[in-house]
Amino acid sequence: MTLRKNSRGIFAGVSEHRMVEIILPELGEGVTRATVACWHVKPGQSVEAGQDVVEVVTDKASFNVEAPVKGRLKAVFVPEGKDGSVGAALGMIE
Amino acid sequence: MNNFIVEDWGLIDYQAAHERQRAVVQEVVAGAPQRLVFCEHPPVLTLGRMFTPESFLYTREDILSQGVSIVPVDRGGDVTLHAPGQLIVYVMADLDRYGRDLKAYLERIEEVAVDLLKDFDILAMSMPGQRGVFTDRNKIISIGVGVRQWVTYHGLGINVNTDLSLFDLIKPCGLDVRMTSIAQLKGVPVAMDDVKEKFTRHFCRRFGASDG
Repeated sequence: MTLRKNSRGIFAGVSEHRMVEIILPELGEGVTRATVACWHVKPGQSVEAGQDVVEVVTDKASFNVEAPVKGRLKAVFVPEGKDGSVGAALGMIE
Repeated sequence: MNNFIVEDWGLIDYQAAHERQRAVVQEVVAGAPQRLVFCEHPPVLTLGRMFTPESFLYTREDILSQGVSIVPVDRGGDVTLHAPGQLIVYVMADLDRYGRDLKAYLERIEEVAVDLLKDFDILAMSMPGQRGVFTDRNKIISIGVGVRQWVTYHGLGINVNTDLSLFDLIKPCGLDVRMTSIAQLKGVPVAMDDVKEKFTRHFCRRFGASDG
C-alpha cells in the first residue's frame, strides 16, 4: 500500500485493487483515538472527493473526515459509537 | 498575521445562523478571510450527537410550551441551551494556519474564555475531559467545536445576562452541574458590547490575529 496526498493534504491509503481507505487523520498532539459519531453515507452510496463521509468526535470537538477520492463507499470498518485509532482506516472507498 | 473579520449577526434564529456558518466555512476553505462572529439566539435547546433523552428534565411538550425550540445539530456533545443574554461566539478558523492541531485549538479557545472572565474578576478554569469553562462550582461557558476540511465552526456560549431558570429544563451537556452567568456572579447586568470588545482583544492575542 502507498500513501497519496489529496488537495487538502489528507493522506489516503491506496491498495492495489483501486480500493482507497478512509484514514482517521492526526487531530493533535496526544490525540490517539476518536469515536465515530455518524456516517454521512451508507455502504453502496457514491461519494465525491472531498465530501464529508464520516464524523468523529473527540472529548471536545467533532471532526468531519472527507472522502479521499471519488467512488462508492465499499465498507465501514468502524461503526457509529465505536472508537477508531488515528492513522487507521475507518472505511474503504471503491 | 492571521486576519479575522469580526461580524455581529445580532439576534438570529439558530438554524439560520447554522446555515450561514456553513456558508462561511466553505468561503474560508476557498481562501476567504477567517471569521469571528458574535450573535444571540432566541430560546432553543440544541441536541448534539451524544444526546440522551435523560438530559431532558421535562417532556418535549412542556419545553415547547415554554417557547423554547428543540433542534438536533451536527456537533458532538449532549444538550445545551441558547437564549438571549447568552453571547454566542462562532469561530471559523483555518486550522491549516494553526498546525492542524485540534487539541491545541481547543486549548486556545478555553484560554481566551478564561482570560475574558479574568477581566471581570471571575476565576474560572477548563477541566480535563469536560467541555466548557467552570467557576469553582458552576459552569459558565459552554464550548462546542466542529471541523470541516480543517476549518472550524460552532464555538462558545458565554452566559452573560442569560435567564438561568431556562437551564432547569435540562441537564446541561448531560452533566449534573448548575449554570451561572457573569451577571449572576457580579450581581448586576453586564454590557454585551463590553464582553464582545474584551473577547476580541483576548482572541486576537491568543490567536496571533488582527481583527481586520
